[in-house]
Amino acid sequence: MSAALRIEGLSVAYGTGVGARRVLRDVDLEIAAGETYGLVGESGSGKSTLALAVMRQLDGAARIEGGRIRLGDDDLLARTPDQMRSVWRTRLKLVPQDPIASLNPRVRVGEQIGEALDGARGRRDRVHDLLARVGLADPVRVARSYPHQLSGGMQQRVMIALALGGEPELLILDEPTTNLDVTTEATILDLVRDLVRERGTALLYVSHSLGVVAQLCDRVAVLYAGELVEDAGVEDLFATPLHPYTRALLDAVPSLDTGTGRAPLRPIVGAFPQPQALPSGCIFAPRCPVATDLTHEVRPPLERAGPTRRVRCHRWRDIADGTLDPRQPAEVRAGADEPAPGAGDVVLELVGIEKEFPIRRSLRDIVARRPARAVRAVDCVDLRLTRTRTLGLIGESGSGKSTLAKVVIGLVPASGGRMELLGVPLAHDIARRDHSVLRRLQMVFQSADEALNPTMTVREILRRPLQRLALSSRDGVRERLAALLESVRLRPEHADRRPGELSGGERQRVAIARAFAAEPDLLVFDESVSGLDVSVQASVLNVVRDLQVERGSAYLFISHDLAVVAALADDIAVMYLGALVETGPTQAVLAPPYHPYTEALISAVPVPDPRVRRDAIRLRGDPPSPSDPPSGCPFHTRCPRFLGDVCVEEAPPWLEGEDGNRIACHIPLDELVRLQGSVAGARPPVSVEARE
Amino acid sequence: MSGYLARRFGFLLITLVLTSATIFAVTQLLPGDVARIVLGREASATALEALRRDLGLDRPPVVQYLSWLGGFVTGDWGTSFASGQPIRPLVMERVGNSLMLAFLTLAIAVPSAIVLGVVAALHAGKPIDTVISVGALAVVGLPEFVTGLVLIQLLAFELAWLPASSSIRPEAGFLEALPMLVLPALTATLVLLAYIARLTRASVLAELRKPYVRTARLKGIAGRRVTYVHVLGNALLPTVTVVAISFGWLISGLIVVENVFNYPGLGALLTFAIDRRDVPLMQAITMIAVVAFALANLVADLLYAYLDPRIRFG
Repeated sequence: MSAALRIEGLSVAYGTGVGARRVLRDVDLEIAAGETYGLVGESGSGKSTLALAVMRQLDGAARIEGGRIRLGDDDLLARTPDQMRSVWRTRLKLVPQDPIASLNPRVRVGEQIGEALDGARGRRDRVHDLLARVGLADPVRVARSYPHQLSGGMQQRVMIALALGGEPELLILDEPTTNLDVTTEATILDLVRDLVRERGTALLYVSHSLGVVAQLCDRVAVLYAGELVEDAGVEDLFATPLHPYTRALLDAVPSLDTGTGRAPLRPIVGAFPQPQALPSGCIFAPRCPVATDLTHEVRPPLERAGPTRRVRCHRWRDIADGTLDPRQPAEVRAGADEPAPGAGDVVLELVGIEKEFPIRRSLRDIVARRPARAVRAVDCVDLRLTRTRTLGLIGESGSGKSTLAKVVIGLVPASGGRMELLGVPLAHDIARRDHSVLRRLQMVFQSADEALNPTMTVREILRRPLQRLALSSRDGVRERLAALLESVRLRPEHADRRPGELSGGERQRVAIARAFAAEPDLLVFDESVSGLDVSVQASVLNVVRDLQVERGSAYLFISHDLAVVAALADDIAVMYLGALVETGPTQAVLAPPYHPYTEALISAVPVPDPRVRRDAIRLRGDPPSPSDPPSGCPFHTRCPRFLGDVCVEEAPPWLEGEDGNRIACHIPLDELVRLQGSVAGARPPVSVEARE
Repeated sequence: MSGYLARRFGFLLITLVLTSATIFAVTQLLPGDVARIVLGREASATALEALRRDLGLDRPPVVQYLSWLGGFVTGDWGTSFASGQPIRPLVMERVGNSLMLAFLTLAIAVPSAIVLGVVAALHAGKPIDTVISVGALAVVGLPEFVTGLVLIQLLAFELAWLPASSSIRPEAGFLEALPMLVLPALTATLVLLAYIARLTRASVLAELRKPYVRTARLKGIAGRRVTYVHVLGNALLPTVTVVAISFGWLISGLIVVENVFNYPGLGALLTFAIDRRDVPLMQAITMIAVVAFALANLVADLLYAYLDPRIRFG
């Protein structure tokens, strides 16, 4: 088979001389015609730079230092920008990460697709064909729409339609589902898979997600700090990774199966090397548990380790025959497993919590005397948080989970219901809570970059809550500060740095330390690890978990990532359109009977194991607007297990499961078990081709 | 969209009411005794009394304000102290002159500033960009009476292409006035040019960095189409607002330019009114200026909404 894309010795740098950041070094790879090739790496690995280099879209500061990029028999680097136009037009297409930013806000979707097509005749029909082919139900309406009128999933379908217009030889997808909900991601991946099967287009799929790559690709390459460290068929790579970094990445990803074992994840020790100060030997050596002197001194070559796999490691033979274990050391856990005093005490109780955001009435509504409407962001939520336990709250964007977090913290006062903190009624508005209450409730935000003052040192950031909230003496403050840093595994010298001088994971740990400084009884984590790379995420999750064992706080842990929640939470609550649909202990929620929405969420999680294919339960369409929620069961418009009129007309009853879980559904539990038994157990059945 | 329109219109009304109250308070209520300010220190008690009665200063402030506002809305703008003539025809004639000058200025300034800004942005960092940016800044740094005099010296005296004075006849039409409008319009253009050009340059550069421009380029369509359809379509949106603000300034703020060229515009009339302490005339002119500003901004908002589908189909 001839190669669709062949990259030889590609090196890219920003800047020149001593300070040059060499972000890609000597990368070789080859994508066969019709092959789906996954390129995984963490941020800073150079994977997007590689995609842009192939597209000849590196920004002005980047320089290709050497190498060749061939599309078919064509040397792309030899072409002038003007000569690239014909390649872009038909042969090579990119689907970028952020669809809404990648579409012109002022031009109708149909015109944006149409202008890329050759020839004026029948252009409109061809646009509609393309939109239908990417699974958009009403192509005529979509073509007439502006990008902002479409949902995120529809926008990404439009981008794919745009890419299909030229019948390309190679399609590059650069993190195309990263900003999408998991159920939307699943449908986009289905689409990509179908298109590849149907048309035999070669695909370069760039992603940070091992799960997505495992589920989609034929071959996978792993990039680390600008070098390709391993490249193999997908089954080989996931079953027997040869490079210690690949092994470490796989171990760092939480999966649904690690659920509630509370086994610590294995983060990768150390930090990413700086591209201007690379180690002279193997670039992974400083973090490698099996590094030798040779590893530190001599850069290993990319060796053939089998007919179809390559690896850049001196010791791959020992790893391959099992005599060497390249796993990262398991982190020693701070506390013992015995429950802290007061375990099980109720810290926070929410009863019938509601939050409505009024919609501004237009003049016409006022004239027509239409009643004021409101978005029901949170609808009658009952939750109980207890000491030393973590409640994971999951749901997709628009489910109201972040609003609920702000309601608990008091940033958004509830419109109804009541809250009790340690048995004492809690004011809804943060302005009406006194200091002792504020101290007891702390929050860790999603983005530590924005939550930490960039002009303050870590010491100043941590000292303030220690002084104000914990009211300790000066000496006490110094000691507590040191202890705090240690508890989030930062070194004492970190105290004098500013947030800008820290890595993303270190910043988030400072944010966690800041929240713990006040010795809170309840911590709210709102997507606090979502922005982090897997290896860093694992270490932050371990810190979070150990601190709970030590301090006995209750956690409300909010995330869209089911696997992360499963790895940390004792209990899970599932939210849809502002309402809870299922609650219970983690193991019970992750096993049948499921609420049909939970079932769809679990089915949509891409498992980082190519042998595991979950039966595809896919949700139709987009979530309805919370300003006009469906009658009866809020999920009935998309429910794959829709029963009939009863779902439309009546609110579902709460069914009590055997394992302490509660499900809001009209379908009886034993019927749910019968329907779902075949789908997945606590461990999903391993079936090589269960998909339709 | 209709809701957006209604809201914008409501804002316009609120703006006008608030500014009219402010104008009235500043010119008539706050100075204490307006009659003495108008008539001067040596005025007799009877003259003061007569003027106070004339202006209705013996009434409560709210009544004074409402009757003044009512008069303004119904077209009764009172009588000028200085000339003894009814104010409205006096002001409206000047409004016409100022509009002519404003439109001609915008017709020259906006297209040339946009061209300069776009050319500078598309060649960012290259010599032509530096020439445009530095040149524009140099010109904007010079006050209007300098640029105006230089232009008069050059175009009126040396080359004798245009008349040096712009004192047009009251009944002159646009075509008759045009030769005399060019020099003041050029002078005002030099003030606006750098401002609009630099804004255009910045917003084109910002647009060029956006991912959708890369998408357009990667369609393999002609570079010209990428620039005109995709980049400029979005980059010129902020310019609309700036043009509206400039229009307001051109209507009432051209005091220096009008004086240099002896042009009978609203700005010159305002200086006259202030000189003569002609309070009713000042009030009328400032109100007109406010209305011009507010209307220009309304038009800009509507145009912006029309051009940006994210507002049009919110």
